[in-house]
Amino acid sequence: MTALLFMLLLGIVCGLILSIASKVFYVYEDPRISAIENLTAGANCGGCGFAGCSAAAAAVVNGEASPSVCIVAGAEAASAIAAVMGVDPGTAEPILSQNECLGGNRADDKYLYSGVSSCRAMTSFYGGKRVCSIGCIGLGDCVKACKFDALILGTNGYPVVNESKCVGCGACRDICPKNIIKIRTMSERLLSFNQDDAALAPCQQTCPAEIDIPRYIRQIKEGDYEGAVSTIRERNPLLLSCGRVCPHPCEDKCRRGIEDEPVSINQLKRFAADYEMNSGKRLPIPCAPDTGKNVAVIGGGPAGLTCAYFLRRLGHAVTIFDMMPKLGGMIRYGIPEYRLPKKVLQWEIDGILNLGIKTKTNVKFGYDFNLESLVASGFDAIFMGIGAWKDYNMKIEGENLINCYTGIDFLTKFARTQQGDSDLQIPIGKKCAVVGGGNTAIDCVRTLIRLGAEEVSIVYRRTRKEMPANLVEIEAAEHEGVKFQFLAAPNRVIGNQEGKVIGLEYLRMELGQPDASGRRRPVPVEGSETIIDVDMLITAIGQGPDVSFKENGKRIADLATTRWDTIDAINPETLQTNIPYIFTGGDSATGASLVVEGIGGGRRAARSIHQYLSGQPVIPVKNSLFKKNIDGTIFTSVPGVIKQKRAEMPELPVDVRIKCFEEADLVLEKEDAIRESSRCMNCCRICYDKDRNAA
Amino acid sequence: MGYFELIIACIFVNNILLAQFLGNCPFLGTSKKMETATGMGMAVIFVLVLAGTITWLIYTYVLVKFDLVYLRTIVFIVVIASLVQFVEMFLKKSIPALYAGLGIFLPLITTNCAVLGVCVLNIDKEFTFMQSLVASFAYAAGFALALILFAGVRERILLARVPKPLQDTSIGLVTAGMIALAFYAFKGMV
Repeated sequence: MTALLFMLLLGIVCGLILSIASKVFYVYEDPRISAIENLTAGANCGGCGFAGCSAAAAAVVNGEASPSVCIVAGAEAASAIAAVMGVDPGTAEPILSQNECLGGNRADDKYLYSGVSSCRAMTSFYGGKRVCSIGCIGLGDCVKACKFDALILGTNGYPVVNESKCVGCGACRDICPKNIIKIRTMSERLLSFNQDDAALAPCQQTCPAEIDIPRYIRQIKEGDYEGAVSTIRERNPLLLSCGRVCPHPCEDKCRRGIEDEPVSINQLKRFAADYEMNSGKRLPIPCAPDTGKNVAVIGGGPAGLTCAYFLRRLGHAVTIFDMMPKLGGMIRYGIPEYRLPKKVLQWEIDGILNLGIKTKTNVKFGYDFNLESLVASGFDAIFMGIGAWKDYNMKIEGENLINCYTGIDFLTKFARTQQGDSDLQIPIGKKCAVVGGGNTAIDCVRTLIRLGAEEVSIVYRRTRKEMPANLVEIEAAEHEGVKFQFLAAPNRVIGNQEGKVIGLEYLRMELGQPDASGRRRPVPVEGSETIIDVDMLITAIGQGPDVSFKENGKRIADLATTRWDTIDAINPETLQTNIPYIFTGGDSATGASLVVEGIGGGRRAARSIHQYLSGQPVIPVKNSLFKKNIDGTIFTSVPGVIKQKRAEMPELPVDVRIKCFEEADLVLEKEDAIRESSRCMNCCRICYDKDRNAA
Repeated sequence: MGYFELIIACIFVNNILLAQFLGNCPFLGTSKKMETATGMGMAVIFVLVLAGTITWLIYTYVLVKFDLVYLRTIVFIVVIASLVQFVEMFLKKSIPALYAGLGIFLPLITTNCAVLGVCVLNIDKEFTFMQSLVASFAYAAGFALALILFAGVRERILLARVPKPLQDTSIGLVTAGMIALAFYAFKGMV
């Protein structure tokens, strides 16, 4: 009797203390933790490596462990736990396994291995028998670890993930001794950047948009064109445009180019992109669930469109504001029709806007709306991708005479005329001169030729070798009959009584010592003034961002800009400005640069904005490989390459193309594309596919 | 017996894991990673010192006084379980830093036989309050020592070529047996 009473008393006391304590010491805990804990075996066995079931559940919620963490409860519980994690709007995206190494097993052997057929066993001997220290060993531990049959060893000896079967349990990642299998959500994939410890081919290291080039070329080779499009689109939403206008810095670093001609990477991109457009259907682009955050993107050019595209896919609501009637920015109004047809561009932009991006056109920041109105309308962050639209002046006498234009002004007005604004028509002269040596200058001369100008010349103060324009563009202009006046610096513009331009006086130059940019500085020759007759003059000597909006606002006046008028990002990798909720990217951050540079900047800014919106610190990528190459990956020789000509770009014949604005460059034929894709050696950091050289 | 001998006896000679074979489930469960093993060791020290002293107090001043000694086991279980739960809640709210280090191990200890074993041993050997405090600490330190030793060995076993049927827990048990044999050398020292 006493015993019973005593136990009752003890029970009541303990219960009371605990219930009071649970009230007093209450701390908020993610409800998913207890939900997941209930799904585990509850044995506290520690078999998962965590200290008990609640610790494991907390780890799952924190993303440190996978849903299949409980080894006792089995696959069913794993799915149930995955479902618990899935209902959370932030993580509803499926997590999938992806193999990072595409060809490491083809690296040379260091030694002969005859041990147990297990990657982990082999790794314990000097990190595996391959010379490559980071790549796949190919003995398939991951395949054995997968309980869902989602992995197979592919024909090339490395694991291939079947995404429809993969549940993202992470067993393959955990067993892989080389850490080349990553379990990531789509968002994590979209936001990953080149790191110096990753398996990256030289082309992918060099591409400003960091596209996984070897992967998409391999997909083209295997006939998986849709896969290739998706691979490109994980990094670059403007593949049709880039496939046409990109000066492909990647090809300069192509290892095949060391012994042979580089692989025609950009034409293969265009081939895949055109395949999608011509197939008549758009590939579905998945987006993460809505986050409820609002972002304003100012400027609908390549950087703005890219930033909007990635933010939308990450689940944020995006509105693009643009001062022009249509989106596209410089690639619509600066790049002429014959290089990038407006129909193609429109198809591409429509695809991006179809994700659910709102647009407001014909509104200029600082004039029609401002920072205060954006903040008042509930935007949580702002991306400034205003581009570089202000032409530099030559600062010489007479440059404002009638029939004198600046490059961007001319190209924009002409593009708008072509798109229906006939009141902007520019009268074309007979003898035209364009000052400058960049792509804008080349675009101007090639446009003038097509508009019927009889004589078109380029006046450039250095030589052809120093011209910053793409070589193919220079060559095309030469073929089309443009005259080049090198080593000529304009001195003054001569006009008649009506104020119209009739001549351009220039000084001849000599090349002197190299300047800061490494190019030899032109020095004028005394008394060498020469006059050429012109009745139309275009100045295209460079352009910078137009930051006049700063004068029209109080808060925006604090936005830091550099002396070149570019918007000053605190860190060129995060692209956050001194006003924390304003981010920048593209030409407005770098000064006039490549389209693909703007795309890379747009994605970088999207990552920072995503960090900012989700309350994380805005920090650069760890081990970031920002505009650098990994040591030891740039070879000087590649033995064993059998020379093969690269695919020639099909072009319209000169006499046809100079009379019209039809697209001058054509897409590769299917057979040529497949042949070209098999020229790719599938390089990684130190290995490349020697066996395929003969192919 | 002096305190020094008591400590040596509890840590080495009568090591709770390797000589008395109590608390084998966390010994195998939390020894896969050195980090987990260290955390668990510290948590056991923390809880055992608390549980050892409180159960001694309850036994001496409640159970003996009311002549309820036969309820010892069941009372100890209830008291230890409540105590651990209470400590967990207290730490979570008041000392989050300590909770981050030890907290996740606490529920694991609720059902740990090593804890109950030490409390019972303290009573059986008729220790004084100070002695049972020291013994509780020393037993727990022995637990932590064995666990950390074992985790170090197991981390190395991961790299070794173990025949398939013996992998993971099996080789763990074999290893545990060998370490226990080694600890047999301490027998008869004190």
